[in-house]
Amino acid sequence: MNLTLKVWRQQDAKAAGKFVSYQVQGVTPDMSFLEMLDLLNEDLQTRGEAPVVFEHDCREGICGSCGFLINGVAHGGHRGTTVCQLSMRFFKDGDSLTLEPWRAKAFPVLRDLAVDRSAFDRIIQAGGFISAPTGGAPDANAILVPKNDAERAFDAAACIGCGACVAACPNAAAMLFTSAKITHLNSLPQGQPQRDQRTLDMVAAMSDEDFGSCTNHGECEAVCPKEIPIEFIGRMNRDLIHATLHRRGD
Amino acid sequence: MLESKIPSGPIEKKWEKARFDMKLVNPANRRKHRVIIVGSGLAGAAAAASLGQQGYNVDCFSFHDSPRRAHSIAAQGGINAAKNYRNDGDSIFRLFYDTVKGGDFRAREANVYRLAEISVNIIDQCVAQGVPFAREYGGLLDTRSFGGVQVSRTFYARGQTGQQLLLGAYQALEEQIAAGTVRMHTRSEMLDLVVVNGRARGIITRNLVTGEIESHCADVVVLGTGGYGNVFYLSTNAKGSNTTAIWRAHRRGALFGNPCFTQIHPTCIPVSNENQSKLTLMSESLRNDGRVWVPKKKGDTRAPGSIPEDERDYYLERRYPSFGNLVPRDVASRNAKEVCDEGRGVGPGGMGVYLDFADAIKRLTEPVVREKYGNLFDMYEEITGENAYKVPMRIFPAVHYTMGGLWVDYQLMSSIPGLFVAGEANFSDHGANRLGASALMQGLADGYFILPYTLPNYIASSSLEKVDTSHPAFAAVKEEVQQRVAKMVNIRGKRTVDSIHKELGKMMWNNCGMARSEAGLRENLARIPELRHEFWTNVNIIGGGEEFNQSLEKAGRVADFLELAELMCLDALQRAESCGGHFRVESQTPDGEALRDDDHFSYVSAWEWQGENADWVLHQEPLAFEHVHLAQRSYK
Repeated sequence: MNLTLKVWRQQDAKAAGKFVSYQVQGVTPDMSFLEMLDLLNEDLQTRGEAPVVFEHDCREGICGSCGFLINGVAHGGHRGTTVCQLSMRFFKDGDSLTLEPWRAKAFPVLRDLAVDRSAFDRIIQAGGFISAPTGGAPDANAILVPKNDAERAFDAAACIGCGACVAACPNAAAMLFTSAKITHLNSLPQGQPQRDQRTLDMVAAMSDEDFGSCTNHGECEAVCPKEIPIEFIGRMNRDLIHATLHRRGD
Repeated sequence: MLESKIPSGPIEKKWEKARFDMKLVNPANRRKHRVIIVGSGLAGAAAAASLGQQGYNVDCFSFHDSPRRAHSIAAQGGINAAKNYRNDGDSIFRLFYDTVKGGDFRAREANVYRLAEISVNIIDQCVAQGVPFAREYGGLLDTRSFGGVQVSRTFYARGQTGQQLLLGAYQALEEQIAAGTVRMHTRSEMLDLVVVNGRARGIITRNLVTGEIESHCADVVVLGTGGYGNVFYLSTNAKGSNTTAIWRAHRRGALFGNPCFTQIHPTCIPVSNENQSKLTLMSESLRNDGRVWVPKKKGDTRAPGSIPEDERDYYLERRYPSFGNLVPRDVASRNAKEVCDEGRGVGPGGMGVYLDFADAIKRLTEPVVREKYGNLFDMYEEITGENAYKVPMRIFPAVHYTMGGLWVDYQLMSSIPGLFVAGEANFSDHGANRLGASALMQGLADGYFILPYTLPNYIASSSLEKVDTSHPAFAAVKEEVQQRVAKMVNIRGKRTVDSIHKELGKMMWNNCGMARSEAGLRENLARIPELRHEFWTNVNIIGGGEEFNQSLEKAGRVADFLELAELMCLDALQRAESCGGHFRVESQTPDGEALRDDDHFSYVSAWEWQGENADWVLHQEPLAFEHVHLAQRSYK
């Protein structure tokens, strides 16, 4: 099949960007979306033009490197799928697709479809961990974790940090990302000693970056490739109230 | 030159003795010592976090935008530990035994024993960090079985164990970054090693956004930069995984151990199209419940459901009744290749075998199978469009892991003093074949529990002269790196980097893949230098060195693969025996199993670089087996 792509091209963080149209020919249904872009890039380079910069690494939906908007939808809108796992069999000959980077103040564009997501790392630095210096851990089975808590912790820990939630949110909020890590760690017995401090610090770090706040649109949940539920934002808010009150009581 | 520094004494006391003999650094002095760690996967992140906690001044480098992206994240199945929580006969000695045997007697006993010993601490450490391992209803940890063993010792977090372990290490690392003990350099790729007066003292990096070439100095350098499976172009590795860091170190004097030992994983989704960019693994854990088969008849194109039971060949169960579908990876892969070569393969092109869950679904019900493997079935459906609950999966072997890597001694130090190598980047623990769920174990053992002892020991026992980046050695290497980048971007030829990489990959897969022959290896040895010449005269890199330039990044990595490939073929040629994943067609038993030649090849090959226009020199480290009796591996 043949496709028309309108791709956001931007030389670097300071340059102005614009959409440029390209034709991609000879796309087959068994290609992945990124393999289709590889094809475009091979063609561009053969013609002496700069290939489109896009981030990717594992190409199996787990590293979180890839992600951009396809016709305005993060990762292309197939439930539970990153753009690297999006198959071309969902597209048809003659389709016209617009590709643009995550749009959020906290994620400045570096080049073309690549953005800087280091704000996520800074949120984790604020409290997204359990302090357990190497060597001092008790026997693994000394800590019992009820199966349901372990399952919820896992559901939250499945986040790959791709940034789709921020890109989809009308407020560019990072609350699904932050709440996923808070839910992961706060659900476990090991996470209890730092529970209040973690919640307060991570929420504060989130506000210090240029992210907005949640107004319950639910767009984040809809595009999350790991299907992290918006319920976790409710849990985070509950833990935040609890931590704030707890602090006042101290 | 090859001093393995294995401590004396009984095997179960060696590590304890080594730790006691090590010199320590006073806590107040630790922050005066700078440590460079390249790579932020399981080995790198675990080492950076642990050394940061101890108080060292750590600089950690990653070519990714965040340390959380390292390819350890993609490991699916699990991590082994000799906890014996199942009461099924496991022990440290058994994990050690299984690993030495699984590696087909080409690993060091002392290293493997230490790995088995440490395995139990790793699970404790990870649970304390909040890694959400699978649990039983009573709250205890769950385990499952993996290939090549008969106990249930694999801990797992659904099919995303690598992700969860890496996030644990990443979070510990981020905590140290916040504490100021670790400085993280993301989007920084190591392009060379700086050696000053015989000791590794720093690295040269390229900032992947601005293109700036930077120098970094330290007392010690650690490489935790992963494996080199992408030399085959198509592999289960992430697209960015590369050999550059270890290859550049090799060119500066670090010996390269067992370069030809590569692992071909038996359960991957078959290649479907010419533009395919990578292969996707289906976790080995699937072989716990899936049954592997092909039609008995050649060229049978009937749908799998309409092939009656007695016309199917469950060839692994038939040939290996005691291990069945859970034979080690090398054996499973080779058998899949054989049945496909016989013309009994399935799917487009006949390059596939079935992995069938019909019996498991009958026995356990679909919801139970879904709970165990749901994400893998989903992934399979996303890629192939087929529902594996209804029709059998089609799988085929693919390049997955490299057991070879930089040669290291028992302390994980390479042949360059001050250069340590951890995880997949070193050659150490898996011999000629790695058992499933052992890579995560080794990466974390190296990072959490070995380097935090051996690195301080090196610092405390060496009198390190004061060196900074103004030393002429830094300027000289930086100049070389700049010239190499400039040379590459100025070739302005006609071929893309990928087209050359694909050509190399095909050559390696055909002649240095699942089966290797003298003729094929010699053919590669003649053709690789030609392809290297083609690269250096005819590659076309658009854009320059001083910008975000992904073609240039790829080009640098492919240039190094073009050198490494030659060494892999040389190594495969000199090792005229079959062992583990290294199958020389000239050396097999009458029934087609790998035939080792212990009289001539019971050694680690360690290759020394002599310069671009000189031949490598082969050193041999003899291997002695005192605890695991040397025997022809049998899984029958």
